[in-house]
Amino acid sequence: MRPKTMFEKIWEAHVVHEEASQPSLIYIDRHLVHEVTSPQAFEGLRLSGRRARRPDLTFATMDHNVPTTDRSLPIQDAISAQQMETLVRNCKEFGITLFDLRSPDQGIVHVIGPELGLTLPGLTLVCGDSHTSTHGACGTLAFGIGTSEVEHVLTTQCLLQDKPKTFLIEVNGRRPFGVEAKDIILSIIGRIGTDGGTGSVIEYAGETIRQLSMEERMTVCNMSIEGGARAGMIAPDEKTFDYLKGRRYVPADFDAAVERWKQLPTDLGARFDRVLRIDAASLAPQVTWGTNPGQVVPINARVPDPSDFSDPNARKSAERALDYMGLRAGTAMTDIPLDRVFIGSCTNARIEDLRRVARFVKGRRVAPNVYAMVVPGSQRVKKQAEEEGLDRILTAAGFDWRESGCSMCLGMNPDILKPGERCASTSNRNFEGRQGKGGRTHLVSPIMAAAAAVEGRFVDVRQYKLKD
Amino acid sequence: MDPFKKHTGIVTLLDLPNVDTDQIIPKQFLKRIERTGFGQFLFYDWRFLDGKKPNPEFEMNAERYRGASILVTRANFGCGSSREHAPWALLDYGFRCIIAPSFADIFYNNCFKNGILPVKLSESQVETIFQRVRMTPGYQMTVDLEKKIVGSDNDVAFGFEVDDFRRHCLLGGLDDIGLTLQYEGAIRAYETQHPEATPFPARP
Repeated sequence: MRPKTMFEKIWEAHVVHEEASQPSLIYIDRHLVHEVTSPQAFEGLRLSGRRARRPDLTFATMDHNVPTTDRSLPIQDAISAQQMETLVRNCKEFGITLFDLRSPDQGIVHVIGPELGLTLPGLTLVCGDSHTSTHGACGTLAFGIGTSEVEHVLTTQCLLQDKPKTFLIEVNGRRPFGVEAKDIILSIIGRIGTDGGTGSVIEYAGETIRQLSMEERMTVCNMSIEGGARAGMIAPDEKTFDYLKGRRYVPADFDAAVERWKQLPTDLGARFDRVLRIDAASLAPQVTWGTNPGQVVPINARVPDPSDFSDPNARKSAERALDYMGLRAGTAMTDIPLDRVFIGSCTNARIEDLRRVARFVKGRRVAPNVYAMVVPGSQRVKKQAEEEGLDRILTAAGFDWRESGCSMCLGMNPDILKPGERCASTSNRNFEGRQGKGGRTHLVSPIMAAAAAVEGRFVDVRQYKLKD
Repeated sequence: MDPFKKHTGIVTLLDLPNVDTDQIIPKQFLKRIERTGFGQFLFYDWRFLDGKKPNPEFEMNAERYRGASILVTRANFGCGSSREHAPWALLDYGFRCIIAPSFADIFYNNCFKNGILPVKLSESQVETIFQRVRMTPGYQMTVDLEKKIVGSDNDVAFGFEVDDFRRHCLLGGLDDIGLTLQYEGAIRAYETQHPEATPFPARP
């Protein structure tokens, strides 16, 4: 039999109908829903008098809009409140399980999926959110869709999809101290560009990827979309099975499922449309300097000069980015002072992220020029962090400790930057205005954000190895 | 969805690569629960100074582009967030066609669901259009989806490629949910033999 990639195996197992010169009809095993991209889809169902076909395979939460302040207080923003109430009403009307603001399972949709065992190897999973690629860390084919497709899945539990290309990114070599999963994915995006993965599903493989914890794998897969890819995935292994075991929605016969899942990894000799190999030993902690995630340099580098770019589009982008970011070419990245630090988002707000941050800031203080906040990815993460005393370490160091949600990753709730404020952020997008109009975002790993909070400017975390 | 067969309109320009959907429609406008009324917020932070006064530096604001319905821009248009509010805003503003060297996947797909035709041309063809538009105020083009040609009278004409199925749906203004529902039998048959499609057992 012809050797197959993991993607091909999952794809072929989900084809409901195929016809020449038409996209394939693909079955969707799990559909996650949130308040921002679903109201118009539910309205479409109502207008056409249709029902949700498989409400039992559909799960909803509210994350984008939610305030991260005291949950017992009323929501100040009337339009946000209306959007959340609409989700409550829709889930009730269509019989969908909702983890609402009062639920102990509420959180960012891409944090709670794996947490609850909704995300499983070999499944197809979609959500009206581009960072759905996160779930690929469990060996799931997971991708973001628009609202029309949300309606399509609600109605038919299927999607019409063209078969994407396959892209293997193999990372080998020993990861140096201070280089986190975030640095691996940022340097990949820096290399392939924000459209390098367009039309493709990336499989991350190699020894360095195998060594990553499940949560670190989620960070890598999460940002696949920032490289333009439809999805990112990592083969399931013992770490995956250990992570999933005992979670609420995993199959009752878990061992039998594990035997099925063991058949998923890419066969030896399977062909990919494109292959990229990366040496982890050559990587350094990364910081973005521009207004897309591909505009990134190692921490020991300087802000690039637009004239260094030979491609006219890249040069124009760089000029514009430096102007927006208020940066001068040639400035050392470690000379850039900060106003804010944000630790949160579906990229980096899981328990391991918070543990690393807490471990670093224990006994240290947030610099006087910085306001720093930590927004746990879910209520479960928050509870566990509090049980471990991380919240006390963080607040003692001067961090603000918040309720869970997307928060300042996209600033749909009141957590936003003021014009001109500069922020070290563990999130995934540094687009103009992403964290607030005129706000300047630099993407970094949690440990780099923690060090930046303490020093009040960017700092090379590798130097702490010598000090500690 | 309105069918798209052939469209003639004024062409406007957005001379930037990697325009993300956060720029097309900023997050503060995603709280509405309707599909309509987003045009007023299109490119909001670029189009307006302080949220009110049109920004004279934003090329699209120039009088010569008033009433434009074809947008020509650079590579990787629509990257970032999956928000379908982006094509809703473009459509509501009056755009029926967007021409660029490349588009981000989710955005490209979302356009077809809303009666907008995204046309991929080469970098040099797009550059030619940029030059013609800047030379000629009120420059118009015709996009013919049946013939797969975009051009201007006695001037340029470029053929373009588009997937047959998407073209078929757009020409007919077809709702693809309706199409999928024709396969109800196949979906049901699939569900009976697919282990992951069985309902969850009752949870405590």
